[in-house]
Amino acid sequence: MTRQRRPTGGLIDRTRPVGFTFDGVPYEGFAGDTLASALLANGVGLLGRSFKYHRPRGILAAGVEEPSALVGVGQGGRFEPNTRATDLFLYDGLQAHSQNRWPSLSLDVGAVLGAVARFLPAGFYYKAFLGKPDLWKIYEHFIRKAAGLGRPPVAPDPDSYDHRAAFCDVLVVGAGPAGLAAALAASASGARVILLEQDAVVGGGLLRDPARLDGATGDSWISAALATLTARGVRVLVRCTAVGYWDHDLVTAAERVTEPGQTPDHDGPAQRFWRIRAERVVLATGAIERPLPFEHNDRPGVMLAQAARTYVARFGVVPGSRAVIATSHDDAYRTAFALADTGVQVQAILDTRPASDRPIVTEAKARFQVMFGARVLRVAGGAAGLRRVTAQTGGQVLTFDGDLLAVSGGFSPVSHLHMQAGGGLVWNETTAAFQAGDARQNQSSAGSAAGLDGLSEVLCDGWAKGGAAARAVGFKRAPGPAPQVVEPWPGPGHGVSALEAPIGADPKRIFVDFQNDVTLADIDLAWREGYRSVEHVKRYTTLGMATDQGKTSNMIGLARLAANEGRPVPEVGLTTFRPPYTPVTLGLLAGHRKGFQVTPLRRQALYAAHQAASPIWQPSGYWMRPRAYPRAGEDLHAATLREARTVRSAVGWVDVSTLGKFEVVGPDAAVLLERVCATTVGKLSVGRGRYTFMLREDGMVMDDGTVWRIADDRYLLTSSTGGAERMAHHIDYVRHVLAPGLKAAVANVQEHWAGIAVAGPRARDLIARLAPDFDIPPHMSAARTVMAGVPVQVLAASYSGERAFEIYVQSPNVDPIWTAISAIGATLDGCPYGLEALEILRIEKGHVVVGGEIDGRTTPHDLGLQRMMNPARSFVGAAALQRPALQAPQGRQQLVGLESGEAIPEGAMLVTHAPGAAEGHVTAGGIRALEAGAVALGLLRDGHTRLGEDLVAWSPTRRLSARVKVVPPMFYDAEGVRYRD
Amino acid sequence: MLRIDCPYCGRRAQAEFAFERALDAVLPLDATPEAAVQTLYARTNPKGWTWELWRHTAGCGAWLRLHRHSVSHEIAAVHTVADT
Amino acid sequence: MTRYSTLGLLRAGLSNHRNWPRAWRDPTPKPRYDVIVIGGGGHGLATAYNLAKQHGVRSVAVLERGWIGGGNTGRNTTIVRSNYRQPQLQRLLEYSLKLWEGMTDELNYNVMFSQRGAVFLGHSDADITQLAQRGDALRAQGIDADLMSRAEIARLIPPLDMSPDARFPVFGGLIQRRGGTARHDAVAWGYARAADALGVDIIQNCEVVGFTMKGGRVAGVETTKGAIGADRIGICVAGHSGQVAALAGLKLPIESHLLQAFVSEPVKPMIDTVIMSQSIHCYISQSDKGEVVLGGDPDGYPTYSQRGVPMRLEDVASQAIALVPALSRLRMLRSWAGTTDMSFDGSPILGETPVDGLYLNGGWCYGGFKATPGSGKLFAHHLATGEAHEIAAPFSLDRFARGATIDETGSGPRAQDR
Repeated sequence: MTRQRRPTGGLIDRTRPVGFTFDGVPYEGFAGDTLASALLANGVGLLGRSFKYHRPRGILAAGVEEPSALVGVGQGGRFEPNTRATDLFLYDGLQAHSQNRWPSLSLDVGAVLGAVARFLPAGFYYKAFLGKPDLWKIYEHFIRKAAGLGRPPVAPDPDSYDHRAAFCDVLVVGAGPAGLAAALAASASGARVILLEQDAVVGGGLLRDPARLDGATGDSWISAALATLTARGVRVLVRCTAVGYWDHDLVTAAERVTEPGQTPDHDGPAQRFWRIRAERVVLATGAIERPLPFEHNDRPGVMLAQAARTYVARFGVVPGSRAVIATSHDDAYRTAFALADTGVQVQAILDTRPASDRPIVTEAKARFQVMFGARVLRVAGGAAGLRRVTAQTGGQVLTFDGDLLAVSGGFSPVSHLHMQAGGGLVWNETTAAFQAGDARQNQSSAGSAAGLDGLSEVLCDGWAKGGAAARAVGFKRAPGPAPQVVEPWPGPGHGVSALEAPIGADPKRIFVDFQNDVTLADIDLAWREGYRSVEHVKRYTTLGMATDQGKTSNMIGLARLAANEGRPVPEVGLTTFRPPYTPVTLGLLAGHRKGFQVTPLRRQALYAAHQAASPIWQPSGYWMRPRAYPRAGEDLHAATLREARTVRSAVGWVDVSTLGKFEVVGPDAAVLLERVCATTVGKLSVGRGRYTFMLREDGMVMDDGTVWRIADDRYLLTSSTGGAERMAHHIDYVRHVLAPGLKAAVANVQEHWAGIAVAGPRARDLIARLAPDFDIPPHMSAARTVMAGVPVQVLAASYSGERAFEIYVQSPNVDPIWTAISAIGATLDGCPYGLEALEILRIEKGHVVVGGEIDGRTTPHDLGLQRMMNPARSFVGAAALQRPALQAPQGRQQLVGLESGEAIPEGAMLVTHAPGAAEGHVTAGGIRALEAGAVALGLLRDGHTRLGEDLVAWSPTRRLSARVKVVPPMFYDAEGVRYRD
Repeated sequence: MLRIDCPYCGRRAQAEFAFERALDAVLPLDATPEAAVQTLYARTNPKGWTWELWRHTAGCGAWLRLHRHSVSHEIAAVHTVADT
Repeated sequence: MTRYSTLGLLRAGLSNHRNWPRAWRDPTPKPRYDVIVIGGGGHGLATAYNLAKQHGVRSVAVLERGWIGGGNTGRNTTIVRSNYRQPQLQRLLEYSLKLWEGMTDELNYNVMFSQRGAVFLGHSDADITQLAQRGDALRAQGIDADLMSRAEIARLIPPLDMSPDARFPVFGGLIQRRGGTARHDAVAWGYARAADALGVDIIQNCEVVGFTMKGGRVAGVETTKGAIGADRIGICVAGHSGQVAALAGLKLPIESHLLQAFVSEPVKPMIDTVIMSQSIHCYISQSDKGEVVLGGDPDGYPTYSQRGVPMRLEDVASQAIALVPALSRLRMLRSWAGTTDMSFDGSPILGETPVDGLYLNGGWCYGGFKATPGSGKLFAHHLATGEAHEIAAPFSLDRFARGATIDETGSGPRAQDR
């Protein structure tokens, strides 16, 4: 066994064994293990297959930067593909599966693609499979199957997700040494601090490397720091990754309450999404180690040096038995010591740099074979693990046996959030890394995220930045001195660039992006073909576009591009970092907004009364409104016809509560209304009302309704249900922005007043019985009375064409009125009616509706409303309506009526002959309530001049058509006789 | 996401506000047809500092004049429309 | 131009792909050209290609401020369809869709135009009627559109939530089978390569900073690489149309807004069709790489920042999950934002400006990608002949002053309302 658990050590809880399976095989780990550490402890080193060539993939890293060790985890609706084994803490019953292999991980047929890799270079698909789309579709079918990584989830997600908002003076992202120091300093000054850590425990590098801080061991210092922070009220969130840094210092963070695939406790959320608004943000996000470029550098057994040390120190796992260390930085020497101290045979340290006599190097030379100016050329190995490392130094080629190659190509500061926040990056020539430069927002970077190296420097920087952040918010108290650090090998690690491939190595075999199988040869090819901008290279080769977002790969790729260009790296530039820093599930983003919470559903006051009658519901914006009230044996059509006939012959009542309603009050109320409405309002006498419509400022009809003068200085304006919110905004805009001097107040009373319309030849009887002493107002008049003991406002308005009354009442009091109307109405052979009957009735009367004839493209003239317009033209939309094409005699779609002996399909095209070119369309069509045949409204090109023409209403998608005659849009009681008593 | 300092309510998230229009696109009620076309359709669309009309829709409802940078999103001033 | 072919790829494999030539040159700008196209996105490159190919105008330069395809060509959700509602747009997009069908062949570059169908879902009878109306209008223009029943939709898109009591129950849909997706970058690259082969100079990292005028007409541009003369100049810089037009003293009916989109981590095939909805503002497709591509509404305020608000991504996620519940456990991998050229009727502007010799192609709102080949060909026609093609004619800039707007959504002149 080359990988195994050490008998002691690490931060795992050896008293708590945890059972899990990988590809169906049961294993055991300990609480505190990641899936990666537990698999390593069980001797498993092969975890998956790469995206393109299906090369075997092991574990490269020990954190979120992992490109290779991806698994599917969880069952049923909790299944999550592409989960990093290095960022997945073990829980009981965890079931993980390898990905992108068939039939099995060790025997993967797809690996044959590796053998033909030479024919599949970057962008090969742009040059092949040419031809017509039909042909491409066949190739594509297979390409799609081969692509993708994990299986897609299939079942609905059973879990819930929480969204929370938080505010603080100083937000510290990252709880490694710099972050802890920053949080300590900021909180010592008195600032409200939030500290985020993506790992399950705080400490970062302190968990990995021995050091004494203020005289204590790393572990005890961390515990003390946590206790201090907690005592000061600092909110410390672990397993919480800052994923986005947005405008005005808003940071979003994803907190894993449970691990991927894990069942939450009780009814708790699986994850929590934080929106944190901070006055200052300290980014102590650390740095990510870079791999080295050599042939087959993607093989299982090649591991980042810090990761190898992390597995030893934190998880008590030995990731190999014979190790080679290859580095360009002192830090990897620590890995050599850590491995050797656990009994691993360190074959050699291959250092790209010249010899030096720094203590760490000197000590290493005493214990190991250390070679300077040495580069790894290639490794040999495969799915079964690493076998051999070949290196060159000074013209000499050497070979080492080994099952672990720990590599360090230096470190890339994590500046993703800094860049998301609009900050610039600067190039550090010495460390060959980009680091945070100018800040755009109230942010600073601290510690290794700021390019620093060496624990003491990192801690001091965090302390300083945390203190400075608190001071910037106004907390002047000095935080005191930074913690004192004693460590075996202090100071920076003297890293140098190791981004270039060793001379003589084959770029086809040197991998840059381990997940997407991008090689140096691919980058060369892109450059040769002229894809030379860094964005072109990324997009052409897919470099950095894998699920790890290039965290480990980008710099080697960039350096190759720069070398090809013959320009320094910073001139070549960098692709932009965008949210999220690490991928977050869509379920977390959606939060509670699933099912009926996706979009709110509004319920009118009479909802329960309707529901008791089991209506057919119809969505209407955010509302659900009764469409019809079918009786036993009736379908929608039968119910609608019965309801419409009842209104025409007896009496019906309908809930109109959802209409837009505005009270406009004040000496200038009429003036304000005449700015909003296109009709005259001022001449209305008290107690009278009239139809009105409103224009958008481009001259198109926006909405319509009625306006009532209910007192000397008080008006009620109604408008459509669907346009109610827009109208509320519009009136407010006119009131406050366009006509701010007017003495008028507007109240949106849409939901304050519930409304019931009573219509039909017996409507007056019904009202009379409801309110026996009521002086019933004539058509288009208003009056107040009491019905069923409730004060009401009665507006004698009609939409149906019958004598009708709209009864408005305070919403909470509407039920008794509905009940009374229903009881009395039944004795008059009446019934409630829904939107569908209402539609039939309004079509017969030629009333236009918002969303139908008022479609945002029709002018008053198009709809035959121009005669009602206020000649003073001081209303919104009057000016733009004068534009020539809107005044032209021809070319407009105009409102017409349509008659037919057959059903007229709604939405059908109006054509001279079918098939043919559309000259208009049917906006609304229906049966007639009392007579045979069908009528409809339509918009027809130059319709006003085409009365009497025969056309076809043609619906090819429904295979329907009807011969129609163009007539005026009025089919019922054109003289308005029925409005009179 | 912006944070807008409403003169009435204090600093609130952009989610509470709605952008209405650029301030120079407010069309007066007495505009001529020619002026209407100019105001509505000939726009500076500045890349940089701009004056805009916003409304605190999910707050106090106030109409606000913002001096905002259309690239950096910095907000230099927030006034109510009444306060000129 | 070395022609691409599967066989050629195999042969090149034997020589380690060492001999592939540059897809396009990196020329130094000449002192003058017959036509200058400002903007090296899909539309600009397609315009240049068609000038050379269709009209024999080979003295053409494309001036790109950054890298070609770096604007909205590389920042969209790659959906191609022509199933619009207004007849002028139907004709324009259908003209384009037909060109998509031959694009890979014509450019000898696989743009991966995949006609996997584009479906609008309906969630009520009223939705279905509206979809039927749209479909009928399309069929009357000879454009493919078919209503699908609830059962047919369930078979076509298995992961949809088909439960009758869903917040947005699926009543049926309207499919355009010829619609689908394409590889956005490949469109820019394919046009660039083909245009270059015809002699067009594609000049990257060359920003236009001013226009030179002569006798009341445009005579050339000032750039960061010096002055370049031309008789006719076309602006194709969606997102920055107003900025470039302002250099010639023009104000446009365009406002720059921002639209975000994102992709999930790649998974094996789960969604085979482009999904859109009549009631929910999100659109879903899955790329050939396996990433689920999601988009929704613009952020709703003017900006050039390409940095959006997080709530918009949350909106899209929740709406997408409402339609396809299994998406809940997929992870957002990469998000981006594009600066959209929001015109004040929602339709593009193609044609002359008040400045002689200066032409505008812009105002594509959030729907420009699908129009790329048609837009390029129509704009080239205008630049080469001085006359608008009949399909492009309704999209003239002066339509706003005349009142002949083409308002697809009927939402009027506020950009954030569409």
